[in-house]
Order: sequence, then structure tokens, then C-alpha cells
Amino acid sequence: MARTVSTRRKTLTTIAAWTIGIVIFFPILWIIVLSFKTEGDAIKTPLEVLTSLWTFESYAVVQERSDYFKHFTNSVIIALGSTLLGVLVAVPAAWSMAFVPSPRTRGILMWMLSTKMLPAVGVLYPIYLLFIQLGILDSRIGLVVVLMLINLPIIVWMLYTYFREIPGEILEAARMDGATLRAELLYVLTPMAIPGIASTVLLNVILAWNEAFWTLNLTAAKAAPLTAFIASYSSPEGLFYAKLSAASVMAIAPILIMGWFSQKQLVRGLTFGAVK
Amino acid sequence: MKQIQLKQVSKCFGNVEVIPPLDLQIEEGEFVVFVGPSGCGKSTLLRLIAGLEDVTTGQVLINGEDATAIPPAKRGLAMVFQSYALYPHMSVRKNIAFPLRMAGLDKAEQARRVEEAASVLNLTDYLDRRPGQLSGGQRQRVAIGRAIVREPTAFLFDEPLSNLDAALRVGMRLEISELHKRLATTMIYVTHDQVEAMTMADKIVVLQAGMIEQVGSPLDLYHKPCNTFVAGFIGSPKMNLLAGKEAAKHDAHTIGIRPEHVAISSTAGEWEGVVGVSEHLGSDTFIHVTCPVFSEPLTVRASGELDLTYGAKVYLTPDLAHLHKFDDLGIRLK
Repeated sequence: MARTVSTRRKTLTTIAAWTIGIVIFFPILWIIVLSFKTEGDAIKTPLEVLTSLWTFESYAVVQERSDYFKHFTNSVIIALGSTLLGVLVAVPAAWSMAFVPSPRTRGILMWMLSTKMLPAVGVLYPIYLLFIQLGILDSRIGLVVVLMLINLPIIVWMLYTYFREIPGEILEAARMDGATLRAELLYVLTPMAIPGIASTVLLNVILAWNEAFWTLNLTAAKAAPLTAFIASYSSPEGLFYAKLSAASVMAIAPILIMGWFSQKQLVRGLTFGAVK
Repeated sequence: MKQIQLKQVSKCFGNVEVIPPLDLQIEEGEFVVFVGPSGCGKSTLLRLIAGLEDVTTGQVLINGEDATAIPPAKRGLAMVFQSYALYPHMSVRKNIAFPLRMAGLDKAEQARRVEEAASVLNLTDYLDRRPGQLSGGQRQRVAIGRAIVREPTAFLFDEPLSNLDAALRVGMRLEISELHKRLATTMIYVTHDQVEAMTMADKIVVLQAGMIEQVGSPLDLYHKPCNTFVAGFIGSPKMNLLAGKEAAKHDAHTIGIRPEHVAISSTAGEWEGVVGVSEHLGSDTFIHVTCPVFSEPLTVRASGELDLTYGAKVYLTPDLAHLHKFDDLGIRLK
């Protein structure tokens, strides 16, 4: 009975997949649960937590104590700004490496990637001093630039992979048709690479949104994004599980929703090149 | 008037010299075909003229001016690629209008020229489609449309028909020839198919290993191939190239005789042989005959249906008026 075997297998795989999924998602789920509890209920045993009263109290307190929308706006500006600036720089870079490769292209790409292997804290001090000197500490523009530089290798790599899939003859045709380099990039390459650019933008918005090291270290009050907003609820004076959870939910909700709607595009972006 | 001139043009990729220095002149309005086996450098030569590759040494002159340092966009040449290279995100209309848009023509003039090109190429009904929604032949016509709208100095074709099936290829071949007659613009056409070369060209340039073997009209090459390479490359089926004692009788190292210039008889003739495989095309029959005096079998072309059984004894007689003689280096003897 091949059919029953395959049905049983299917059931087992489905159960396994759901289990793994729930295990991975559980911390986030628990944070969501805790965010709807009072501070007192939040530290009880799990069973008591689930059976205790559900309330919006923590959200109200969090919104009252710190300005969510200011942090949200900062996060949006920093995430979008750094990504768009990165794409602007990366498109010409990826174009040159994909279509006019030199013997050193491979090495340059590897070198760019290797900067991601450097522990960020190693360069914190010089960058911090640089920020002070330039007077851009706790400014959005400073963070936009830093996060752009942090994610640039990934943006260049992703775009490079996409561009390699575009036949060079089409760009040559554009050149024969009288297109200048600018027109070639603007009217031919970029429109053809829109799916790839979209995936790159999405992934990098998420990376920039979640970036905590630099945003926490280089901001104080003015330019602080949502990461700083969460961090402000983990204080040494005491445990505020419910409020911390509420703040976390508020911080991750926008990116979670965005990710949900764009997951098809994201998966394509992440597996591109591996599966054509 | 000499429109495109190559002066001592050479091309190296790294240390590999793909095209040794060569000279070539192309007259205005000519249909020139570069033909040769794969990897002979014919596409590279075309790309050097287009400016898509930089020459290593030498000069490319267009309309008498040195164009060596001019970028492809400014050379006034239009190119049709083997892969069509259409812009997949644009409609047919926008594809054809692209060169005009790049040239900064006003919208009305763009539209007028696109309509004109579309009607010449029977594309009027497809103007709003995307290239992905077209057949291979239609895509190729769009690529040609994109080339003709800008009224270029010359057209460059890089094996434009090799992605089409055989029937379509014959049709497009005629269409391109027709277009050349109508526009009277210089065309340079690269192909590895000698039939395309013979049927379309005013002038054929036969290339091998980056070197020009012979330049001439199709019939020049057919009647007077300058060496054994050209003799074997031009003409279908191939010329029979025979070396040995029989060649020596004609004071040559190698003699060449085309299949259509050998008479076949079952009673008498100069060379005795045994019939091998026969290929029946209806109008012609190609018979492969093994003669003891030659190391390789000969191909003979006979008109109409000829029924010779496999293994039958036959006699072949070459038409001496069409006998080609070559020396030991393969060069044609006078």
C-alpha cells in the first residue's frame, strides 16, 4: 500500500515541521503572551501565566513612559536610508564587477565580505571618536552612513549575483543603440534587475532594522531607534518582563508584518543563485 | 566609396592573439559576410568594428574617419545579436523606439518611425506585446526593427539566424536580403553557415584562425578558391580534395573536383569505384563512391533520381574544365 505509507510519511513530516517551527517561534510567542500580562503575573510559572488575566496595561505604560513613534520614525529613517544609500552605491559597483570583471574582481569581492568577519567592537572606539569629531554622535545621518557601510558588502554581493544572471548581450545592445553608461544602468539594467533589487532592499531593511550594536552605542536620545527603545526596559534596577515584552512586540511588529507580506520575495532573494 | 576600413587591426585576449594584424575594406552599400568555422574570430572581428571590443593594434575607419577610440554608442552602427538581446521589460514598441529615445528624438517622430519599421517587418499587430510573448522569428524581426529605425551607417549581424529552426531560417534569410536591396545600407553579416554566406553576400570574407583566407564574390570563391581550406569550406556538398598519383597526373599535389562536376556511369570512365551510401533529395542524389586510387571516398552529385545499389561497380569521370589544382601547401595553382 504505497499510498498509505506516503500519507503517513506526509503526516510525520508535517508534524516534524510544525514542531521545529513552533520551537523556533516560541520565544517570540512567549514575549507576545507576556506583553499582555501584568508585571506581577509575568514572573509566575508558565501555567499560571497562561491562566492569569489578559491586559493592555503594559502597552499603555510603555507608550506613556517613552515615545514609541519617535523611535519608530528613527528606525524607519535609519533602515530605509541606509539601505537606499547602499543600493545607490552598490548598483554601479556590482555592475562593474559583473560586466567588466578584472582579474582582481574575485579578490575584491572576498575582501569586501571579509570586513563582515571583523568583530564590530574592534572598530567601535575609532568610529566613536570619529563621530565625536564630526559631531554626528546621536544623529540619524551618522547611523545611516554607518549601517550603510556595515551592510554594503551584502548589498554588493546580492546585486552582483543578480546582475550575473542578466545576459551581457542585452547591455551591449543598449550600447549599440546609443545608450550612455548612465542610460544603460537606468533604463536597461536596473529595470531588469528589479526583482533582485527588491529582495536586496527587503533583506537589508530587516538587517538594518534589527541592528543593535551600532545603534545602541552611537545614539542616546535624539536618534535612538527601536532597538534602544527595547533596551531601555532591560535595566539593572529590576525586572520588567511585561513592559520589556510589550516594547519588544511594538519594535518587531512592523518588520514582522513586512516580512510576512514579502516572504515570497525574501525567500527568492535568499536562495537566488542556488536554485534558479 | 570605402565605408569601413580595417588597417592592420589585431586583437589579443591576454597573451592569445585571436586576430593577427589584418586589413579589410568594405564598400558602401555592400552586403559582406564573414564566414568561417567556429572559433575563427569572425564574431570578434565584428565586435571590433562595433567597438564592443577594443583593438589591440591598428585602426578602424568609418566613413574615412578614425573610429578606433569612439565608443560603440557613437559609431552610428546598429547590431543584431544572435540571442536577439531584446529588452525583456519593454514592449515591442519601446524596444524599437529605444535607439530613437537615446538619440533624443521627439515623441511624434519616434512613433512615426516605429510604425514605419513595424509595417516593413510585419510587426504592427505585436507592438504592445512583450518580447517574451513572441516567437523566435518575431523576436528576430523586433531586433532588426530596433536596428533599422535609427538609419545607421551600417548594420552588423552576429549569427542572427542560428537560433531559428531551418524553415524559418530560409524565410528570414530572404527577408534580410530583401531589406538590404530596399535600404541599400552596408551590412556586415557573421555566420558559420556557408549556405547563408553564398546566398546573401555581395562579398564573402572567409576566415580561419583569425586570418583572412580569401575575399571575393560568392561565385569567385566557388570557381576560384585560392586554397584547399576555402575550396573545402565553400560549396555544399564539399569539394572532393584528392591527393596522390592521380593528382600528380595533373601536375598538382592535390586536385579538387566538386561533386556536381563528376560524371557517374556504370559502364566506362576514368576512375573505377564502388557505390557506398546514396542520399536521395528528390531533385538530386548524392552518391558516396570509394575508389581504390584515392584514400578517401568521393561525393558525386547526380541530377534527379538515380538508383544505384549499394556495392555496385561504377566509373567516375571528372569534368576537366572544373578541375582545381593545388600545390603541396594547399595554394591554388594557376
